Amino acid sequence: MFFYLIRRILYAIPIALAVGFVCFMLVQIAPGDPINAIVPADAPGDVVEQVRRDYGLDKPLPVQFGIWLLKVVQGDLGRSLATGRSVWSDLSSAIGNTLMLALVASAIGFILGCTLGGLAGTFRGSFIDRAAVGIAVAGVSVPHYWLGMVLVIIFSVQLNWLPAMGAGPGGSADWAWNWEHMQHLVLPAVTLAVIPMGIVTRTVRGIIAEIMNQEFVTALRGKGLTRIGIFIHVVKNAAPNALAVIGLQLGYLMGGSILVETVFSWPGTGLLLNNAIFQRDLPVLQGTILVLAMFFVALNLVVDLMQTALDPRIKRA
Amino acid sequence: MRLRRFLLTACLAALPALATAPAAQAQGTIRIGMTAADIPLTNGQPDQGFEGNRFTGIPLFDSLTMWDLSSADRPSTVIPGLATEWRVDPNDRTRWIFTLRRGVRFHDGSEFNADAVVWNVRKVLDREAPHFDPRQVGVTATRMPTLRRAEKIDDYTVALFTSEPDSLLPINLTNLFMASPAQWDRHRAASPNAEAAWGAFAREPSGTGPFRVTRFVPRERLEMARFDGYWGEKARAERIVLLPIPEANARTAALLSNQVDWIEAPSPDAIPQLRSRGMTITSNAQPHVWPWQPCFAENSPLRDVRVRRAINLAIDREGLRTLLGGMMAVPVGTVPRGHPWFGNPSFNIRTDKAEARRLLAEAGYTPQRPLTLRVQISASGSGQMQPLSMNEFLQQDLKEVGVNVEFDVIEWNALFTNWRNGCQHASARGAHATNVSFAAMDPFFAMVRFWDSKMAPPVSNNWGHFNDPRFDAMIAEARNAFDPAERDAALARLHAAGVDEALFIWIAHDVAPRAMSPRIRGYVQPQSWFVDLRLPYIQ
Repeated sequence: MFFYLIRRILYAIPIALAVGFVCFMLVQIAPGDPINAIVPADAPGDVVEQVRRDYGLDKPLPVQFGIWLLKVVQGDLGRSLATGRSVWSDLSSAIGNTLMLALVASAIGFILGCTLGGLAGTFRGSFIDRAAVGIAVAGVSVPHYWLGMVLVIIFSVQLNWLPAMGAGPGGSADWAWNWEHMQHLVLPAVTLAVIPMGIVTRTVRGIIAEIMNQEFVTALRGKGLTRIGIFIHVVKNAAPNALAVIGLQLGYLMGGSILVETVFSWPGTGLLLNNAIFQRDLPVLQGTILVLAMFFVALNLVVDLMQTALDPRIKRA
Repeated sequence: MRLRRFLLTACLAALPALATAPAAQAQGTIRIGMTAADIPLTNGQPDQGFEGNRFTGIPLFDSLTMWDLSSADRPSTVIPGLATEWRVDPNDRTRWIFTLRRGVRFHDGSEFNADAVVWNVRKVLDREAPHFDPRQVGVTATRMPTLRRAEKIDDYTVALFTSEPDSLLPINLTNLFMASPAQWDRHRAASPNAEAAWGAFAREPSGTGPFRVTRFVPRERLEMARFDGYWGEKARAERIVLLPIPEANARTAALLSNQVDWIEAPSPDAIPQLRSRGMTITSNAQPHVWPWQPCFAENSPLRDVRVRRAINLAIDREGLRTLLGGMMAVPVGTVPRGHPWFGNPSFNIRTDKAEARRLLAEAGYTPQRPLTLRVQISASGSGQMQPLSMNEFLQQDLKEVGVNVEFDVIEWNALFTNWRNGCQHASARGAHATNVSFAAMDPFFAMVRFWDSKMAPPVSNNWGHFNDPRFDAMIAEARNAFDPAERDAALARLHAAGVDEALFIWIAHDVAPRAMSPRIRGYVQPQSWFVDLRLPYIQ
């Protein structure tokens, strides 16, 4: 297990390099100019060129990439072109906010998904099954931003029950689990939760249906175990796969919540990326994508290890 | 009984005082949802365009000259700010003398004086200065292109030097905000370098403005409290909270759910709903131009003034206004009629499709040989209003006079970049016009940078490479007119000539719509990009 862990960590290095390089090149290929984050469009040419030199944006691309890489290795993600703030300081607060949102959304998605999937798998072919599958399909099909806006219109604008935007009463999420803060979390978390909920429902339904047909379930029934007892056995067998799915969904939510964070003005990595893309803020873009990619790699590793721990049949070479 | 009578008498006695109290007792916190995606920089030279100046420039800092934002009825003019008066040296017209206001203090308690002015000029123009900040150059040097240096004459008098005689300098100086040297020195002492010191300054800025920063959460909120030591009329609101909400629907929802009290630029579609919920919608003429800027290169059909005039005449601007829910002003030039720079153009911008067809036919474009134009536009962007639907409306309008319009829709940042490259550059991809909206409150922004042949790319925004010695001469004349009335007259001649030559396709002026809670009182929307945040308060 130890060597497996080391090998997976070593694998992350070329992945990080590749992600950094691809991201760097994609931003360069895209039309537009990072200098627009620093100077307005009406800037005279000489000022533009001077500022370009000051920021090293006049250097050849491989040199720029090399400088960036060297700094990253030393733990320095650079400074935002737009604000001059340290990328890491912005990124760390954004990651915290997004992580909080993603965790709550994943928890909602996992609980609802397991419940619906469990019921659907247990009562296959029934009305419950059809309803659960219908909800799951709707969950993965409905556009995030549309659902977010609908929830805002109902719960914020019409009913005035929940805030429409922001991460907390004072601006920051602050990981404060009181109702004042959690109110801000409800709508974006529910919006984000629908996709993992749909995916987990379908996955769990399939697994449960498959397990219910296996011989050991018949044996358990033959031994006179109660329905609840059998269900617990089935859930234990289904858990590793469900966990793998939700783990990947957490990674997806960390990087894929751009639209939801924009709709709710949630100051996380999605909003940070969105702004960085529009401003061509290269250091923020590179730093954020790199850190998210590394997070995804780490998350995969954790999920793998947890799967192994939960299911002894899975052995790592 | 006696006590009740006493209380009643006391209440009645207090009534007149309460009735006249708003200005004196007005207070409260105004929460504003900005269109900006981040808090504009607080280092003394905001980014995010004029929204930055509006929210972290003018309220936190002051400049030598300032805009008069007190009236909604007339175009804003330049008034004394931290300088009480100024004049050009009659013997050297590149030297301006500014007399500074006495008794002004920065938020940190240090004194504003001539040294502070010299220090603030050096921060962006003197690369050898220890506090030189390249970040601030971009948003400063571009807005005062002729300013070169400053020199202290005495504690309250300073000389500013320009590269050439330039009567526009006092207007340009509204963009140079005065930051506190003492506060920067304090941060520098605790920072490894000047860049880090500016970063620390931005977190705890100090200017002389009517508000001071009390809380700054990057990307999330900026809280400002009224500065009671302000030299001028003090703010009525106790606190202002700025929240970046770039998405229009999120801003609207935030206002409707009482999370903010004021939003910038509500979507036109949301205005009826906002009105129905009792919100106040404000708008006013704004020095803003939403145009097509023609290319004057050799092979461009827009080189022909008849074609430019025809297109100006073919547009149904009232129809466009209806499309935008009334949230635009119909332009008759870069500045509106009645403005001191409007002049007496002979070409009357209006809707006259028959005349447009006649001019096009005269220029050789007929139904058998239609004119095809390619225009670079963006799908969104700051100040761009509703670019896709507006341009599609124009496309349909022009089709009626036999002009086919093809759009090259590119991202806003890319359109900006191309704007600097010019229409002969490969990035224009053969476009005959570009659609970049711009501010027109300053003669340099409004006219000079587009019509001066020296401003052709890569120098500035003469995207179309317009080159006419008559216009160069008129611009020089305006720059050399140091009497304000003479300068306005020269600018009026320049503007009239620009309209006669149809140097733009003038399509719309934005009217800066804002939506706010009915609890906000005292707000004045001037004919400007800016607002005076000292005036509104919340009831």
